[in-house]
Amino acid sequence: MSDTAIAYPGSDPRQLRSMAGAVAHSGPASKRIVTAYGFWIFILSDMVMFSAFFATYAVLLGQTAGGPSGHDLFDLRNVAVETAFLLASSFSCGLASIAADTRSTIWFQLAMAVTCAFGLGFLAIEGNEFASLVARGAGPTRSAFLSAFFTLVGCHGLHVSAGILWLLTMMAQVFAKGFRADIQRRILCFALFWHALDIIWIAVFTVVYLIGSAR
Amino acid sequence: MTHGHDEAFDHADVAPGDEHEEGGAGLRVLGYLAGLGLAILLTATSFFVAGTDLVWEPSIPVALVVLAIAQMGVHLVFFLHITTGPDNTNNVLALAFGVLIVILVMAGSLWIMANLNHNMMPMDRFMQMQR
Repeated sequence: MSDTAIAYPGSDPRQLRSMAGAVAHSGPASKRIVTAYGFWIFILSDMVMFSAFFATYAVLLGQTAGGPSGHDLFDLRNVAVETAFLLASSFSCGLASIAADTRSTIWFQLAMAVTCAFGLGFLAIEGNEFASLVARGAGPTRSAFLSAFFTLVGCHGLHVSAGILWLLTMMAQVFAKGFRADIQRRILCFALFWHALDIIWIAVFTVVYLIGSAR
Repeated sequence: MTHGHDEAFDHADVAPGDEHEEGGAGLRVLGYLAGLGLAILLTATSFFVAGTDLVWEPSIPVALVVLAIAQMGVHLVFFLHITTGPDNTNNVLALAFGVLIVILVMAGSLWIMANLNHNMMPMDRFMQMQR
């Protein structure tokens, strides 16, 4: 039996596989692709988590338990400023990735600082909105609608806070270590994270604020 | 984008977030500016549609959802550089699977909860049965 396998080397499945592999691809992907792709999978799973919060909010939109509805509570001018801040920070984050690729330390630090400033401005407005809602007796315990609202928007705000901590870490690492290959990979992942937060905010201002304040 | 092109065997793929073109920094800034302009246009339209009386009212939520999906597409293309090119197949397939799950979770929840709500006995009749 084993003689036939030796006589026909092409019939050895291990050998066949290695030959086919040599034709199909010529080695593993670079570390930059593997790292960014893994982080891309994480971002998509994060969006799946957010979709559950969005579904909860959409289901509970009318369950105000006799309390205030979105129409009574939301200030769309505030939301427009928040949106502008987050969009501007996403744009300057893109400039920071270009500066990282061209290895320009000054432009990188400047663009990251602008990104950080807009992010902090966004958080300040959101914190102010939450505080005024609680002060008016419309806290997360008032109704199912407000519980869903604070969970969804608060979860996005937590992501932005974590993103700002990460942003400051990247500024410090570029300052201390320069544009090493591993630092560049972290910058790429951070840019993916920050742009993804802006994409989630599009859904937040549309579903939560614009549609939520219509009724 | 220089990364991923250094090694000859990487020509088939681009990392998510990386740009394929070898264009200079000026061209890349122009790309981000184009994305910013489109995003501002779509956001402004959303806020205008939400507050106007010029549009037939029941169509407003649908219009808002369409505008939001368009803006997400703009962000994906101009900021995250997801393209339909052969070097992006893995990134697009992962995104497609994520979108499928998101649609299943959202549409499924809304459908089931609306159905349960519709079939539930009105609360006053339920209270009568309790006596």
